[in-house]
Amino acid sequence: MTAPLPFATAPAPHVVAPSSVGRVMRQVLYALVPTVALHVVFFGPGLLIQIVLGVVTALAAEAAALRLRGKPLPPFLLDGSAIITAVLLALCLPPLAPWWLVVSGVAFAILLAKHLFGGLGANPFNPAMVGYAVLLVSFPARLLQWLPPNVAGFEPAALSFGETLTTIFTGMPPARFTWDAITSPTPLDALRTDLALGMTMGEAHANALFSAFGGRGWEWINLATLAGGGWLLALRIIRWQIPVAMLTALFVCASIMSAADPGEYAGPLFHLTSGASLLGAFFIATDPVSAATSGRGKLIYGAGIGVLTYVIRTWGGYPDGVAFAVLIMNLAVPLIDRYTIPRIYGHAR
Amino acid sequence: MAKPGVRGGLRLDAHKERSTAQALRAASPAKTLVLPLDQHAGAPAVPLIKPGERVLCGQPIAEPGGTVSAWLHSPASGTIAAIEPRPAPHRLGAPSLSIVVANDGRDERHAESARAAFDQLSPEQLRELIARGGIVGLGGAVFPTAAKLNSALRVQDLRLLINGAECEPYISCDDMLMRERARDIVFGARVLLHALTAQSCVVAIEDDTPQAAAALEAAIADAHDGRIQLRRVASIYPAGGERQLITAIFDVEVPSGALPADVNTVCLNVGTAAAVAHWIRDAQPLTSRIVTVTGDGVLEQRNLDVPLGTPLAALIYDCGGYTSRMSRLIMGGSMMGQSLPHDDMPVIKATNCIIAASALDLQPRAAEMPCIRCGNCSEVCPAVLLPQQLHWYAAARDLDALEMYGLADCIECGCCDYVCPSQIPLAECFRDMKPALNERLAARSSADAARARFEARTARLERIESEQLAALAKKRQELTKKSS
Repeated sequence: MTAPLPFATAPAPHVVAPSSVGRVMRQVLYALVPTVALHVVFFGPGLLIQIVLGVVTALAAEAAALRLRGKPLPPFLLDGSAIITAVLLALCLPPLAPWWLVVSGVAFAILLAKHLFGGLGANPFNPAMVGYAVLLVSFPARLLQWLPPNVAGFEPAALSFGETLTTIFTGMPPARFTWDAITSPTPLDALRTDLALGMTMGEAHANALFSAFGGRGWEWINLATLAGGGWLLALRIIRWQIPVAMLTALFVCASIMSAADPGEYAGPLFHLTSGASLLGAFFIATDPVSAATSGRGKLIYGAGIGVLTYVIRTWGGYPDGVAFAVLIMNLAVPLIDRYTIPRIYGHAR
Repeated sequence: MAKPGVRGGLRLDAHKERSTAQALRAASPAKTLVLPLDQHAGAPAVPLIKPGERVLCGQPIAEPGGTVSAWLHSPASGTIAAIEPRPAPHRLGAPSLSIVVANDGRDERHAESARAAFDQLSPEQLRELIARGGIVGLGGAVFPTAAKLNSALRVQDLRLLINGAECEPYISCDDMLMRERARDIVFGARVLLHALTAQSCVVAIEDDTPQAAAALEAAIADAHDGRIQLRRVASIYPAGGERQLITAIFDVEVPSGALPADVNTVCLNVGTAAAVAHWIRDAQPLTSRIVTVTGDGVLEQRNLDVPLGTPLAALIYDCGGYTSRMSRLIMGGSMMGQSLPHDDMPVIKATNCIIAASALDLQPRAAEMPCIRCGNCSEVCPAVLLPQQLHWYAAARDLDALEMYGLADCIECGCCDYVCPSQIPLAECFRDMKPALNERLAARSSADAARARFEARTARLERIESEQLAALAKKRQELTKKSS
């Protein structure tokens, strides 16, 4: 008999699905393309410059952190997670915000919120939202300088790409404009200011920023976000529980309050299509690393974000509340996970 | 609460078409047969023969070494060449004490004494007879069948579940058995019903095996036995897992740490039922089994009836040999099969399938990344565990948490591993952690037993003491009464 043939061994299972972290992250990025495209349509090319700045910063910060932690660059640097952080944060910033805003926000997100806690998979807080919260607390005025939407009824200052670039890098608008001439509050911010001035919802809604059910321009961007989120759901990259629970909670809160006093509180559709509601529901709250894991846990986590978003928007100190709502619920995740352990097969309740 | 049912699992490519395209045939006899004494669950068997002795085909060559153990029979006539340690597949190539039979090729059969029809025997006699056939569970767990039947008898109203749900990719030996030997399975089921004094039997198969279903339906109809019925389950891996199948068929969960008998069920593989038929009806003990030889690394993919002890190298040679693409040798299926370091090992009672895998059959793993808590693993887990948490606590070697999160309930099906985007070898990690957990659970249960013994003793001593005191007091009282 011949000598036995040797073979290399490997543990079971011998076949695994061809998925990877990088693939998941890339699909999330593809799903953001419609949102980014419509954002550019309504608010000009500023966002693209912010994204480039954010991504370059994110990759540099990621590489530096990996070097410091003695981790290999190739699998981690290109896993796409840092890029998502940068894109999400850029989407939250005014298109003409000065360059150092996005750079410092992304650097903070990657270096402190992500790598200080152990890097990919170990961060308890959503890095993009930590970065945004730091900027919002530190430079609130800068974050409120939004642009009017590029729709009929406004004559937005049509800045060329070069002028946009200059504005972002110098922090000053082109000489022919003043800041006041080119900026405009977001619908959420405008509503907040007007209500504070004692206007009723009806009076506030007369503002050309508003359409029948949301902010003009914003409603389309949000629809694009909904489409991207739906695609992620269909691909099973994200699960339905968090977006459905968050949007339902927001809808229910807004419905109750606006039914009780329609003059004082905005309606549910306005809340769903304004600010970061849909971006938060499908792209931010669904970040698996910082979210609850079980089905029931995700429902609680999502509903908590929905309620807190409404509370912060309505009675809090900031026009939008998604970022703080997500961070607060991130804090509750260990507790939620602890109390929503599913019943194991063969175990009593 | 939702009603219990099989949850999670995966729809996988079956990879069974190639091996089921050709009819079953007998494997060519090998010159040397190697029979590990510990190839069944429980205590190793004890040899009844000495090197140099002549044995006949079907002759008992080793007897059970304990209550949970099994007989072993010579698969060929010839001489005992040696009783020595040989590489064994169930020990991943580590040596195991084995009886080596030199086959003389004459196929002289050991004469079994004539016996009555099975329904003339008492259930007890029948169970004893089943034990002497060397029959063990052929689904892969190789638990001695008679021991299983005997331990189940503590429960009343048993029902029999014959498992033909061959859910794991590549394995098709049960499918071929059901297609070609459905009558044997039904006969075996009737024997087992009698041995258990059970009144009902479900034969469960997956809904993607139409030929097997047709053959079984015909065999059940021919048997005119109203106690036996055929049921289909969705072909989702691991629907054929014992616990998963019981839940799918009877809508009841087997409690953690308990056995199927605790939910009035005895679950046996179709191959085991057929082996019972061959022994009880035809007086053929378990000396061969059907083995699927498949994968892109072997020339001829098919199912064969293989004498136990046949070297894997000889089996592969019998199937045309390896192709140039051969890379990994696997005993079992693609999800739970064990990869073997070489082919100088025998077919044993547990060998349901040999995959000679090429790169086409295997999915190379990408670099392992950290867990991103996506939860895909917990969605597919048929035991409703949270593999991401188990992995976390396994890395920390936190046995308390591993126990709480149910590592003991993991069935090692590998579904979590399959879907993990971070390519973490979860199943391997859980397999590695189980011995430590089991040791701890065993230590605790023996500590519990010791504590219970101690407490019982203390209580007994206290009782005796208080009885003595009471008797003393009574006596004293009587004495005082007398004296006064």
